[in-house]
Amino acid sequence: MARALRAGEITSVALTQAHLDRIASVDADVHAFLFVDIQGALAQAAATDAKRAAGERLSPLAGVPLALKDVMTQKGVPTTAGSKILEGWRPPYDSTVVANLRANDIVIMGKTNMDEFAMGSSTENSAFGPTHNPWDLSRIPGGSGGGSSAALAAFEAPLAIGTDTGGSIRQPAAVTGTVGVKPTYGAVSRFGLIAFSSSLDQAGPCARNVLDAALLHEAIAGYDARDSTSINAPVPQVVTAAKSGDVKGLKIGVVKELNGDGYQSGVRTRFEESLELLAKAGAEIIEVSAPNFEYALAAYYLIAPSECSSNLARFDAMRYGLRVGDSEGASAESVMKLTREAGFGREVKRRIILGTYALSSGYYDAYYGSAQKVRTLITQDFDKAFQKCDVMVSPTCPTTAFTIGEKSDDPIAMYLNDIATIPVNMAGIGGMSLPAGLAPEDGLPVGFQIMAPAMADERMYLVGAALEAALLTKWGAPLLSKIPELSGR
Amino acid sequence: MSSLSRDDVANLARLARIEMSEEELVSLSHEFTVILDAVARVQEVAGQDVEPTSHPLPLRNVFRPDVVLPSLLTEEALSGAPAQEESRFRVPQILGEE
Amino acid sequence: MALTFDEVVTKYEPVLGLEVHVELNTESKMFCPCSTTFGAEPNTQTCPICLALPGALPTVNEKAIESTIKIGLALNCSIAAFSRFARKNYFYPDMPKNFQISQYDEPICTNGYIDVEIESDQGPKVFRIEIERVHMEEDTGKSLHVGGATGRIHGAQYSLLDYNRAGIPLVEIVTKIVPGTGKYAPQVAKAYVSELRDILRSLDVSDVRMEQGSLRCDANVSLRPIGSQILGTRSETKNVNSLRSVERAIRGEMIRHAELLNKGERIVQETRHFQEESGLTRSGRSKEQAEDYRYFPEPDLVPVAPDAQWIQTLRDGLPERPSIHRKRLQEAWAVPDKEMAAMINADVLNLVEASVALGADPTKARGWWLGEISRIANDKDVAISDLSITPGDVAEIVAFVNSGELTDKLARQVIEGVIAGEGTPAAVIAGRGIKVVNDEGALISAIEKVCAEQPETAQKIRNGHLPAAGALIGAVMKETKGQADAARVRSLLLAHLGQAE
Ligand SMILES: [Mg+2]
Ligand SMILES: [Zn+2]
Repeated sequence: MARALRAGEITSVALTQAHLDRIASVDADVHAFLFVDIQGALAQAAATDAKRAAGERLSPLAGVPLALKDVMTQKGVPTTAGSKILEGWRPPYDSTVVANLRANDIVIMGKTNMDEFAMGSSTENSAFGPTHNPWDLSRIPGGSGGGSSAALAAFEAPLAIGTDTGGSIRQPAAVTGTVGVKPTYGAVSRFGLIAFSSSLDQAGPCARNVLDAALLHEAIAGYDARDSTSINAPVPQVVTAAKSGDVKGLKIGVVKELNGDGYQSGVRTRFEESLELLAKAGAEIIEVSAPNFEYALAAYYLIAPSECSSNLARFDAMRYGLRVGDSEGASAESVMKLTREAGFGREVKRRIILGTYALSSGYYDAYYGSAQKVRTLITQDFDKAFQKCDVMVSPTCPTTAFTIGEKSDDPIAMYLNDIATIPVNMAGIGGMSLPAGLAPEDGLPVGFQIMAPAMADERMYLVGAALEAALLTKWGAPLLSKIPELSGR
Repeated sequence: MSSLSRDDVANLARLARIEMSEEELVSLSHEFTVILDAVARVQEVAGQDVEPTSHPLPLRNVFRPDVVLPSLLTEEALSGAPAQEESRFRVPQILGEE
Repeated sequence: MALTFDEVVTKYEPVLGLEVHVELNTESKMFCPCSTTFGAEPNTQTCPICLALPGALPTVNEKAIESTIKIGLALNCSIAAFSRFARKNYFYPDMPKNFQISQYDEPICTNGYIDVEIESDQGPKVFRIEIERVHMEEDTGKSLHVGGATGRIHGAQYSLLDYNRAGIPLVEIVTKIVPGTGKYAPQVAKAYVSELRDILRSLDVSDVRMEQGSLRCDANVSLRPIGSQILGTRSETKNVNSLRSVERAIRGEMIRHAELLNKGERIVQETRHFQEESGLTRSGRSKEQAEDYRYFPEPDLVPVAPDAQWIQTLRDGLPERPSIHRKRLQEAWAVPDKEMAAMINADVLNLVEASVALGADPTKARGWWLGEISRIANDKDVAISDLSITPGDVAEIVAFVNSGELTDKLARQVIEGVIAGEGTPAAVIAGRGIKVVNDEGALISAIEKVCAEQPETAQKIRNGHLPAAGALIGAVMKETKGQADAARVRSLLLAHLGQAE
């Protein structure tokens, strides 16, 4: 697409319009979008076409349309984070990611659906209804960024932005047969990303192939003085790596603890097959152990709720967003309570209460404090393993997409979905998921996860590109060519 | 085994400023028995000798120079306000300390 | 039966604890680049960060860190090699994030002290006040309560919030408990806040204006029977916004506590509010349940680990301690204790010093600042530093008087003009046409005229009754519109009437 734009074979306006048409045709079924900014997108596309016509030097993705997870502020465009409490709010400022997208002339088509405040693994927790997996509309598209991944799989958008706190980019990518990358913590600015868990949140690129993801990664990453946790160093050479795909001599560590019991057989089959392909491409496959990963889930479900209980305190009906119960004589305190009762969904409340508990006096050391120690142990596991290998790999998720409603009453079962993705967030390192094929038993996509040390994001692209090339040769066509046609209307 | 009573949940809901129905208080206290059991596992390995990690990257001393940049326009600042008056956010009566 | 203060201190020993919040005088806020200018239109100095809009992140003001370290060094504290910000979680509408970014168990400065001197029955007495910690945090917004009879919170129908002040850097200075002050407790507390204010001013880190709220003191007081080692229950008095109030609040609380204890009643641990009019404190609404602030390390900000060299540079740049500085000035200027105290009380010491630095004679500079200028500030009911007259102006006026271009009386007119905004002394002199009449002919003709008008008085003087000269001198001064030098008029007048001094 980008090449066609550069060659002048198609304009950005035409390309954007085609995607807007596709959204109009299929999104009633998929429900990937919460808001489609038709006018804004076409205006931005036209402006890009004009720049190109004027002979300006443009970025590689200039003119390509993109779907933005509704957790990023975009000035004047409704931003809800999937919550009723923010319904109708139009931010007066742009997030840094949006500013970077604009600087690269990437056309922002609209805001995608998500689990409320990014809390979930299925997008069923959106206050605005679930998103459906384009592979099978009765199934979940993953979460929290199910909207972004579904938009890619449904050909509604060629690029998307996600955010990943415990797997919210990688797990949706896995179950929709797309590519999703969580860069090293601090690689992409969090300014304007509506915080769920500040020490874990990280935005990243979603695309249909590794090279597109790399190009988008390069466009949105970089130092930002407005985010104190931003990395002040050059962006790794991810595009070069994605173009190379040379893994000869590279050591790939298979995480012993993230494979085996609890992993669906088709997931394991595709994972093993991918390892063989990588070995054939010249990589050395070894086994590494990370004994403390088994505590990652428990630590995550203390750290993330604790931070979110504080981050979400600002939604109090005073300055913006929903206000409930403001009747004659009501107090600010009662309005806060009633608004938060009405504005937050059940999962959000559950996590706020859990986090409030984990931080409360007398329990801090046992819960939040212990979870932070586990975080140290997980980071040490990674450090040790990376002394033996260049990247680590595992299946992205234990299973393929489950059906909508299947796990919504069982938080623990839902949380188990993130068992393989969470360690990456705990250590602040990079993780990528790319399609490894379809599980034989259900014909649904399986994700292959690559983990790289902090600030070595290019290694994920190197391995991802190698595996993608090998699989393409094997399949003869991209995985998404096998997706059932959506009826449209 | 860790657990939370209905009153514990009510106290947490008060701290978190969330109104909760009786039914919700009870059902959450049941859920928490399961969830706390699961998360309490962190205590198994969190020994005295392990340093806690609060930030994933070892950054230090990230400062901004003391320079004023333009603020939002007052209209922008107030654009999301549920109620406003005289360029201020209007909020229900505040009970509590002066 | 009301107790007297003397009765209280014969039976009980007070234990003090003082918490002072200081607004730093940085250009921009603690965690965002909004301006900190005082008195701006509501919500004109706000941004996504200080309004806590979704997605906004804080960044740390380097100058605020530097100022805090300077304060710590000036208070003899250790500067932590590693410290972190923490979130203090509680809901309040004037605090946009519903948490305050503060510091908890890892403050940047710890374990300091300052010595303060008070006037005891046996002469000057020094008390050492130990400092527990100095930490950084941020201020809240301001609420305006509408519908209540007094603009107070109780009975208000609703409130209006202005977040201009939200996020202004605050430094909190907390003392350890201060035992052993006995009957001097109120004076010691006042002297401590006063000394602290002088130190902060000398560091130029804050405006330290108690009346504007840039320095706020909370006073903790408890009593225990003399000889007891067990701490009594304390009360915390907030809103103490002048030095005099610090003294009054502590005295008042000591008496209140003692009366309760004498009656066998329990002291309630609570916050109380000082009321300027009565000098008494009023109970704050006690919270039904204790707050649990759920402190945890602020994940959006990285730790502060100042390197030794930075600290050394700041240490090297510290100004002389105000108390030492004062002693040095007093010696250099040869000022009596009483006059020195007068300058300190009137808040003009630094102004006099600045005038002297610009060439003014210390005695004369002191005379103007303490006299005419203080009087005008009093009349206008403003702080002397708020008047638009500068040390430079005063130095200029002193120079004009020394050179004979102004008389003292004319100088007063010039001061009034400068304060009225008519410009520099030279501009006021030019603008008002002020000049000393030195022309002998003009003076003699004025003297002749006056003597002709008041022949009896002139005759008295001729007869040697010199005290009568005053009336005629006054008349001559009036005749010359005050622009003559009175001493010169006197000598000319006496000569004219055949008398010598
Ligand atoms: Mg404080
Ligand atoms: Zn601001």
